[in-house]
Amino acid sequence: MALPQRKTDIGPPHYEQFLPPVIKKNYGKWKYHEVINNGSMVHVAESGDKLWTVRVASPRLLSTTTIREHCDIADKYCDGFFRYTTRNNVEFLVSDEKKLEPLKKDLSARGFKMGGIGKCITNVVHTQGWVHCHSACTDASGLVKSMMDELYDYFEKKTLPNKVRLAVACCVNMCGAVHCSDIAVVAVHTQVPNINHENFKNMCELPTVIGSCPTRAISPDPAKKSIKINSEKCMYCGNCFTVCPPISIKNPERDGVAIVVGGKINSLRTNPKFSKLVIPYISNEPPRWPKAVAAIKHIVEVYAANARKHERIGEWIERIGWERFFSLTGIDFTFQSIDDFTFMRDTMRTASTFKW
Amino acid sequence: MKKYNTPLIDELEKGPWPSFVTEMKKAAKTNEMSNDALGHLEKCYSTKIGYWKHGGIVGVLGYGGGVIGRYSEIGDEFPGVAHFHTVRLNQPSGFFYTSKALREICDIWDKYGSGLTNVHGSTGDLVLLGTKTDALEAIFAEYSSRGWDLGSSGSALRTPSCCVGPGRCEWTNYDTLGLTYALTQEFQDEMHRPTFSYKFKIKSSGCACDCVASIARADMSIIGTWKGDIKIDQAEVKNYAKTMDINKEIVNMCPTQCMDYDGKELKINNAECSRCMHCITRMTKALKPSGERGATICIGSKAPIVVGSLLSWVIIPFIKVEPPYTELKDLIRKIWDWWDENAKPRERIGEVIEMKGMRSFLEAIGVKPVPQQIKEPRKDPFMFYTEEDIAAYKAKEAEEKKTGKYRF
Repeated sequence: MALPQRKTDIGPPHYEQFLPPVIKKNYGKWKYHEVINNGSMVHVAESGDKLWTVRVASPRLLSTTTIREHCDIADKYCDGFFRYTTRNNVEFLVSDEKKLEPLKKDLSARGFKMGGIGKCITNVVHTQGWVHCHSACTDASGLVKSMMDELYDYFEKKTLPNKVRLAVACCVNMCGAVHCSDIAVVAVHTQVPNINHENFKNMCELPTVIGSCPTRAISPDPAKKSIKINSEKCMYCGNCFTVCPPISIKNPERDGVAIVVGGKINSLRTNPKFSKLVIPYISNEPPRWPKAVAAIKHIVEVYAANARKHERIGEWIERIGWERFFSLTGIDFTFQSIDDFTFMRDTMRTASTFKW
Repeated sequence: MKKYNTPLIDELEKGPWPSFVTEMKKAAKTNEMSNDALGHLEKCYSTKIGYWKHGGIVGVLGYGGGVIGRYSEIGDEFPGVAHFHTVRLNQPSGFFYTSKALREICDIWDKYGSGLTNVHGSTGDLVLLGTKTDALEAIFAEYSSRGWDLGSSGSALRTPSCCVGPGRCEWTNYDTLGLTYALTQEFQDEMHRPTFSYKFKIKSSGCACDCVASIARADMSIIGTWKGDIKIDQAEVKNYAKTMDINKEIVNMCPTQCMDYDGKELKINNAECSRCMHCITRMTKALKPSGERGATICIGSKAPIVVGSLLSWVIIPFIKVEPPYTELKDLIRKIWDWWDENAKPRERIGEVIEMKGMRSFLEAIGVKPVPQQIKEPRKDPFMFYTEEDIAAYKAKEAEEKKTGKYRF
């Protein structure tokens, strides 16, 4: 069959055609909203119209079968309209309260999980991992699944002092805002890469490879028409591998994950912050990563028991001090948590006032 | 179709959280590529290593991005994923869909691809995961003829994205959906034909809650804000007081200490408010911004590669964000011109600003220095003076001698 005529540079379809009538009518005229429970909230417009949202978890990696099921549900209860969120949830929107309970009942019967609204743990921003990425040192989807199974109650029904945003990056490229999450897992390499000198000269650009190194560990090796890597300077970031395939850095026994905490992206109360390294290394343990999952759950529980209402993890830690965070959590403090890269000046303590 | 034994990833079908493995199995029922992707992933889990190669140059005619080449090192063992390219479809603003549109997307994808997707990728595109090189032109013809274009990849303007904004939020200060659509349409060429030094991301958030994390992961962060007073509905304050300790939870948590509550009336010294959104989000029925609306423009955020993460820096404290967005579009072009002239390959704009200096950048785009741009002034005394700077200071002093009044 002949293909239809292609069109270029048309851009995305205009969003307006996908807005439900209640949103079109009240666009930009919302008055307030209330969180009903972890799985639902209601927005009220200046006109008095109401819009209920039911938020449903998704594994982000979706089959067309499941997307079609979302479509079926939207057809049945939402006149065919629905949306997804930046954190990979699905949201079903109804403007008639009578449809709310039947919608929730149907979602529940189909095995969909509702939650993630308000002061709790919502879906996890994450990267491709072994499912589809060349530079992954772990599997992001597997880690997310393992974490969220363990933290599930905080998604569905339990609340916390404030929201806890989780993220997983399968390498230090950190696609997504992993570096500003309440708790994030970032997969790391721990060894200097190997170089296939024979392929280097055919496949890589010398200046690009040298320029890719943040610590200036790479220098030319003219005899081999290749490069040398100074093992005392290399921090295993893998950026040279990204620009030059004959450099290999993956190592199943040495690749692992690190845990960073205390980041946030909003400006509420305190400014946005980066997440900071607290656990430098846990071995890759597929399929369930039990130690990494236990560490995350432990940090969430210590936060829940100690933080004041409205404090995010980073705000709580800033109030009590990092030395107190380490003593409360019992996490070993190691050299890796002292910045010896770009931020040492700003991160070392410059006063004798601290807690024992 | 080959049946793979997948004991390791089968473990990830247990437990309450929705399982991506179940999704892969659903697609694998009728799709050879997904079936092999399943076997491929099980192998990764058993050896603890990935087998995807670096992307190759694949795409559709006339475009330099939107498709990411992906090949497996072990394509002989798993022929269904020997090619497993990603197609990025540009999402509609705010991720709103109709069932009709999504079913159409699914039908085409089932015909030509793996039946697996990411809804959505981190940048915002609707990601179609896994197809073969010879299917790409057909995929593009099918989607584009139905109104769907490719998103972006590589050293280009990446697909812009935004928060839900006026679609369903009372806090937004501008039309994030409208702006994102307008910028995406304006810069189609910059998206589809990579000519930049590296990627450039634009994200639009309606307020300082920043639901698209623009401050952390957009080279240009457009964050809604306002200039007027916060209007207070004292009757609603009374209602909140029934369930909330207003002094403890609101007044004492205000970062600028500009609020006061005596048990009857809430007062805000608006001149001292920094518009952080804490009180508004906690008492949304009682508090509402008023007056002029617009956005703060921040520049430079990125993830750690190459020399550490950056958060975006404030460069323009306030700008109006109204159709046809001419001022913003002009600003973006000026920013790109300076970046283009000064960047080495694979340098993000934040890194170039660090190398060349904020002054060079601000002067090039015609932005004056104001204290709202900084957390604190310079600490060291090493600074540049141009001849014009000194001449201006001397002229000011000459003026002072005439008037007899100092102007510091």
